[in-house]
Amino acid sequence: MSIDQAYPAEVGHGAVPMADAAAAGPVRADWPLWEVFLRGKRGLNHVHVGSLHAADAEMALRHARDVYTRRNEGVSIWVVPTAAITASSPDEKDPFFAPSGDKVYRHPTFYDIPDSVPHM
Amino acid sequence: MSEEAAVVNGSPAVAELEQHFEDTVAHDRRIEPRDWMPEAYRRTMIRQISQHAHSEIIGMQPEGNWITRAPSLRRKAILLAKVQDEAGHGMYLYSAAETLGADRADLTQKLMTGAQKYSSIFNYPTLTFADVGVIGWLVDGAAICNQVPLCRSSYGPYARAMVRICKEESFHQRQGFELLMTMMRGTPAQRAMVQDAVNRWWWPSLMMFGPPDNESPNTAQSMHWRIKRHTNDELRQRFVDMTAPQAEALGVTLPDPELRWHPDRQHYDFGAVDWDELKRVVAGNGPCNAQRVTARRAAHEGGAWVREAALAHAAKQRARARQVAA
Ligand SMILES: [Fe+2]
Ligand SMILES: [Fe+2]
Repeated sequence: MSIDQAYPAEVGHGAVPMADAAAAGPVRADWPLWEVFLRGKRGLNHVHVGSLHAADAEMALRHARDVYTRRNEGVSIWVVPTAAITASSPDEKDPFFAPSGDKVYRHPTFYDIPDSVPHM
Repeated sequence: MSEEAAVVNGSPAVAELEQHFEDTVAHDRRIEPRDWMPEAYRRTMIRQISQHAHSEIIGMQPEGNWITRAPSLRRKAILLAKVQDEAGHGMYLYSAAETLGADRADLTQKLMTGAQKYSSIFNYPTLTFADVGVIGWLVDGAAICNQVPLCRSSYGPYARAMVRICKEESFHQRQGFELLMTMMRGTPAQRAMVQDAVNRWWWPSLMMFGPPDNESPNTAQSMHWRIKRHTNDELRQRFVDMTAPQAEALGVTLPDPELRWHPDRQHYDFGAVDWDELKRVVAGNGPCNAQRVTARRAAHEGGAWVREAALAHAAKQRARARQVAA
C-alpha cells in the first residue's frame, strides 16, 4: 500500500481510503509492564502514579518522564518492573491488617491526661 | 443483581463478597484493583476505560492533521503539546484498564479490528485551521463535562486517571477558545471560517454525550455502580448551558434556530439532535472512520521494528550484564 493510500490528506475533505481495513496479523513484540513512582517535590515521598510499557529500565524512565511529568509533576522518578512487586491484598477487611486494628494503645488519644498538664 | 451473582446464588462466600462490594460502592468508597468485584462490573469497566483510551489515541489524528501547517511557531508548539497530552491521556487510561486484567496489546488489536469503538466525534474531518480552535472549545469542552463527574468513579484507578486528565483539559479548551478569539478579530474571511467550523462541529459535539436517556438502557446499572454520575441528557443540557454564553462572547451563532434561554427552566432549550446520524457514524459510516483506523494500523505496523529492536537491545544488555557478573 502506498503512503498516499495509507494517509489520505484531510484537506481532501475527509477522503476515505479504499484500502482494505481488515485486521492484519498481529505483531507480538510486547514490552513488559513497569510501575511508576514520582517524588512530587523535595520533602515528599515517591508516590505511585501508574504504569507503562518499556523494553528496559532506561526506556521506562524516559517514557515515565514523557507520560507522567509533562508539567513539572516530579523531581525524581522510580520505575519498578510490575512483576517484581509483592503486594498484600488491599481489601480493607483483609486479616493481614488485623494486628493493627485492636491496638488502640498505639495512638496518643488512648491516654487520658488532665488539661492542666502543659505541652502534652 | 448481576447475572454472574445469580449463577452462583446460594454460595454464602460470594454473597458476602458481593454485599461487601455493594456496601463499598454505596458508601462512595473506591473499588481497587485486587478487590473482589462482580464479573459484569469488571467487564463494563474494561470496556468503558479502553474505549475511552481509544478515543484519546484516535483523537490525536484530526488535530495532528494541522501540526505541520499551523500558521505560527507559537500555534504549532501549542498544538503539539495538546496532541501530546491526548497521547498521555490514552496511556493513563490503558494503564488503568490493565489493572483490571486487560492486556494492552489485545486492546490495541481490538481498536484496529473495530471490535471496540472510540468516540464518534473523531470520525469527522478537520477542514480548516479554525477546526483546531473549535475542537478545543467544543470537543474538549464536552469532554470536560463528561469527565469531571468521572473523577468520582467508583473504580479507583479510573477516577485517579480522570483527575490527571481533567487538570490538562482546561488548557485544551482555553487554547482553542483563544485561537478562535484571535481569528474573530481578523478578516471577514477568518470570521467566516470560524462560523463554518462551528456549524460543522456543534451537532456532533452534542452527540458526544451519547443517545437520549430513553434509549440508553445501561445508564441505570452504571449509575448504581457509580461509574456514571449523571445521565446523558443531563450532561448534554449542562454543556449547552455552559456553551451558549461562550458563543455569544465569541460572536458566533450556534447552528440551532431553537436555541434560546428558558427562564422558567433556568436552562437553554435546544433543537432535536439527528440520532440517525450518530447511529450511522457509530456503525462505521462517518466521513473518516476507515481513514482513522487505517492510520492507527499503519502507525502500529510501521512501529513494529522499533518495538522488536528495543526488545532485542534489552535482551543483549541483560546477557552482557550476566557475562560480566559471571
Ligand atoms: Fe483528552
Ligand atoms: Fe483534550
